[in-house]
Amino acid sequence: MYDVVIIGGGVTGSCIARELSRYELSVCLLDKEEDVASGTSKANSAIVHAGYDAKPGSLQARLNVEGNRLMEDWCAELDVPFKRMGSLVLAFNDEDMRELDNLMRQGEANGVPGLRIIGKDELHAMEPYVADNAIAGLYAPTGGIVCPYELTIAAAENAVVNGAEVKLGRMVKGIRRTEAGFDVETSQEVVSARYVVDAAGVYADDIAAMIGDDSFKVKPRKGEYCILDKAKGYLARHVIFQPPTAMGKGVLVTPTVDGNILVGPNAHDIDDKEDTATTAAGLSEVLSTARKSVPAVSERDVITSFAGLRAVSGSDFVIKPSDVDNRFIIVGGICSPGLTSAPAIARMVAGLLRQAGLEASLKADFNPIRKDIPRFREMSDEERQKLIADDSAFGRIICRCETVTEGEIINAIKRPIPALTLDAIKRRARAGMGRCQSGFCMPRVMEILARETGIPADEITKKGGPSRVLVGPLNKGVAYDDRA
Amino acid sequence: MTEHDVVVIGGGPAGLAAAIAARQAGAQDVWIIERDKRLGGILQQCIHNGFGLHIFDEELTGPEYAQRYIDLAEEQGVHAMLDTMVLDITPDRVITVVNKKEGLQTIKAKALVLAMGCRERSRGALNIPGTRPAGIFTAGTAQRFVNMEGYMPGNQIVVLGSGDIGLIMARRLTLEGADVKMVCEIMPYSSGLKRNIVQCLDDFGIPLRLNYTVVDIRGKDRVEGVTVAAVDENRRPIPGSEEYVPCDTLLLSVGLIPENELSRSAGVELNPITGGPVVDESMQTSIAGVFACGNVVHVNDLVDNVSTESAIAGRAAALYALGTFDGSTPGITVKTGPGVRYIVPNAINLARVEDSVTLYFRVDNVYENAALRVSTDKGVLFNIKKKIMVPGEMQHIKLKKAFLEKQGDITEVTVEVAGEEV
Amino acid sequence: MTTRNITCILCPQGCNLEVTLDDGKVVQVKGNGCGKGKTYGAEECLDPRRTITSSVKVIGGEHPLVSVKTAAPIPKAAIWDCMKAINAACVEAPVRIGQVIIENVADTGINVVATRNVAKAGEGEEACI
Repeated sequence: MYDVVIIGGGVTGSCIARELSRYELSVCLLDKEEDVASGTSKANSAIVHAGYDAKPGSLQARLNVEGNRLMEDWCAELDVPFKRMGSLVLAFNDEDMRELDNLMRQGEANGVPGLRIIGKDELHAMEPYVADNAIAGLYAPTGGIVCPYELTIAAAENAVVNGAEVKLGRMVKGIRRTEAGFDVETSQEVVSARYVVDAAGVYADDIAAMIGDDSFKVKPRKGEYCILDKAKGYLARHVIFQPPTAMGKGVLVTPTVDGNILVGPNAHDIDDKEDTATTAAGLSEVLSTARKSVPAVSERDVITSFAGLRAVSGSDFVIKPSDVDNRFIIVGGICSPGLTSAPAIARMVAGLLRQAGLEASLKADFNPIRKDIPRFREMSDEERQKLIADDSAFGRIICRCETVTEGEIINAIKRPIPALTLDAIKRRARAGMGRCQSGFCMPRVMEILARETGIPADEITKKGGPSRVLVGPLNKGVAYDDRA
Repeated sequence: MTEHDVVVIGGGPAGLAAAIAARQAGAQDVWIIERDKRLGGILQQCIHNGFGLHIFDEELTGPEYAQRYIDLAEEQGVHAMLDTMVLDITPDRVITVVNKKEGLQTIKAKALVLAMGCRERSRGALNIPGTRPAGIFTAGTAQRFVNMEGYMPGNQIVVLGSGDIGLIMARRLTLEGADVKMVCEIMPYSSGLKRNIVQCLDDFGIPLRLNYTVVDIRGKDRVEGVTVAAVDENRRPIPGSEEYVPCDTLLLSVGLIPENELSRSAGVELNPITGGPVVDESMQTSIAGVFACGNVVHVNDLVDNVSTESAIAGRAAALYALGTFDGSTPGITVKTGPGVRYIVPNAINLARVEDSVTLYFRVDNVYENAALRVSTDKGVLFNIKKKIMVPGEMQHIKLKKAFLEKQGDITEVTVEVAGEEV
Repeated sequence: MTTRNITCILCPQGCNLEVTLDDGKVVQVKGNGCGKGKTYGAEECLDPRRTITSSVKVIGGEHPLVSVKTAAPIPKAAIWDCMKAINAACVEAPVRIGQVIIENVADTGINVVATRNVAKAGEGEEACI
């Protein structure tokens, strides 16, 4: 029996797992997909928000600001790319200017440091490609960008290295309350634990309902995004927002930690929690709205697009022990600023578990440091030469668009949470994220994966389950067929 | 740092022909740098025939054509670094390469030939909405799986794009047992050779839908179907024309993009229409001593033309390395007029032309009973009547040196379409 | 007398040919823009042929398959029998370009030949110079 089982391997669940792995506790993290970061954590704006757009006094406000502060250390320890370049909210008219004032006051109330309104000249000096008719901006120096799926993977890996268990491909079907705790029935086995943390994203309400808690509902709100070619990376230097609407923070234009430009999201409420399809109208909406901030954003430069589902529950996070059973901690409604808040949420959840009676001392040998896969593409010639001398696999380039080596892909396959699918390798090593979108590297990555794991090439999947890339070998040598 | 006379980046048909020509023109130390484990480039996976009709007067398959050049290269003493990727080129021809055996190396080239070929346009670049399942391939990637690795990418296939690669793969997959349901083409005409329409589609009863595109992809893990729709004269989907086609594979043959990332880092000037380097009659780019040939300059139809063009580049590179290349500025600018989408080369230095210069170009639409008009800044030179011209087929005009010299001091040559249009 | 409509493939014009046949003989070809088209129309109606390219399984080679072609165009009607024979076939490495893999495929009198070299596994004939 585990001390704690965490349901949901997104950024929230993974950061909670990492936080709990500091303590002498047995922790198990479950996810229904074949990899962590398979849900919204891989399909969001990747922004570390400064915290001016959350309502003062709300959980979102407090955890956003705390998470923003913690992000620096967490990313340094976990070797996750994080760039605190600041964010800008644009104003195009007087009404927008009033909104900037509101946000500024709200930010100050939330304890956001360094906020100031900048005028047209300074704005255009900071962002030469911003629309001419942008007259002012709210500059938040503590805003920044992070790699959200890498943060998730890093936190989960660090948790595993410090003793936590991660069980993937486990869909939770039912939860039975017992004297000792909970029996969580998954698609593979029953996982028993004294405490449950429900961090199941868009499904958090469905999971809570399994113990009879229907105190909150999660409505998926879809957001679509486009990624622009690195050649256009110069279009934005900060995270550029438009004034927020009732549906959310609006369409932004931002650099990513890898040098692309990310554009999006729109916001449309849907019913189907599995619907992450992009739409023609949505992509068009995202690009045209983005052009209000940066007119040079063009569909010609798009290399890929995707959609994520915000887990929206009312107007704030729902983080509390369940009224039905205080050993069941609900971490629901984690939409924006959920990513930024993740390190702070992790701490808060540890506190809630303590209050619910879970006692444990800190591990003497907790290792907070996690090293990422060596990034050949970011190294100097000297560093590259040394890397190859240590391991010649780093001398063979597999993904030519992003300059990713065979050594990095093998590393990804052999990590604490092994990458066994094309998407898992893509998220860790970046192979397939370039302008040709794996057209060149896919056969080569599959060859390496087959060789390193023994998985036959035609059983390799894009993302687990039935997502096989190939349907079988060519029908050759049938007269000599020795395959049973 | 190692120094070589001529370094050729890319060991496909363009690179091989350039390297051979460089040796034949007297360069001593000629090296091909190839990222794959064997030479031949994309021809290795083009197991269909149709190559070599002009150069060898035989109809060869891709691998056979490649082997002819590989054998020639060996005879000529061309060296090759295989399994080696070029990471960077500087404007002064210093190349950084990497491979497993030797690690990182810098090489100085007296003359450089860019022959990197092209990549395929992806689903993402087309902005096709829908889900992101397994089962979406560009035709070339699918071709690699089938012809090199020996695997079937799918069983029920929809092809988007009637370019030759898509047509060839439609036939290939059908012969290997798949059900190719249709080929959709967004334009009102196919960009592939007529011969391929008949032998790849008609022969097997595969429907070709012109003025059609894919507007949605369905399937959570693997493709389950696509929605196709008719398009109007602006290539926009016509509401109400949508049709769901169940399938497990979407093959994309929707455009080749010359692979010029390295050319960019070298500072070479690119033609915005082709995406490839601007070149003169010797295939020299805007940087002295840097030459380019093959699909990296512009996407060709016939590999035979690539070989011819690349030999020009290789020879010029050799002369440059040997110090005998006439470095004077080209005096004639080559321009496109109405009806011509792009033209190569973009400039002519008549002093460097031996006997003739061939202009290669594509028209921007289907033209019937029209004419190609060649003029200079001094007036019209001549018209050639053409029964039919289509964008999918490369046009060419050979201009003899003596003829051009007779025109006096010309500074411009323009090619355009004149007469009746479709 | 029967009439068949086919598209000529010899040049981009793609003339629509109308071929009239009587008793297995070509009586008339109409619609051709040139003489070559006339010949093509007749041949395509009387004895349409195609070159088939595919791949054959290799045993013990550095590659699992060798690309092959019919050494000459075979009758269209024999295509699927030809494919059956190709799929049933197997060849041991090493394989040389031009090597006969299947003799007289599907009784057409035409051989299926290899179009690339495949060395024995481990004896990598790198196209290395």
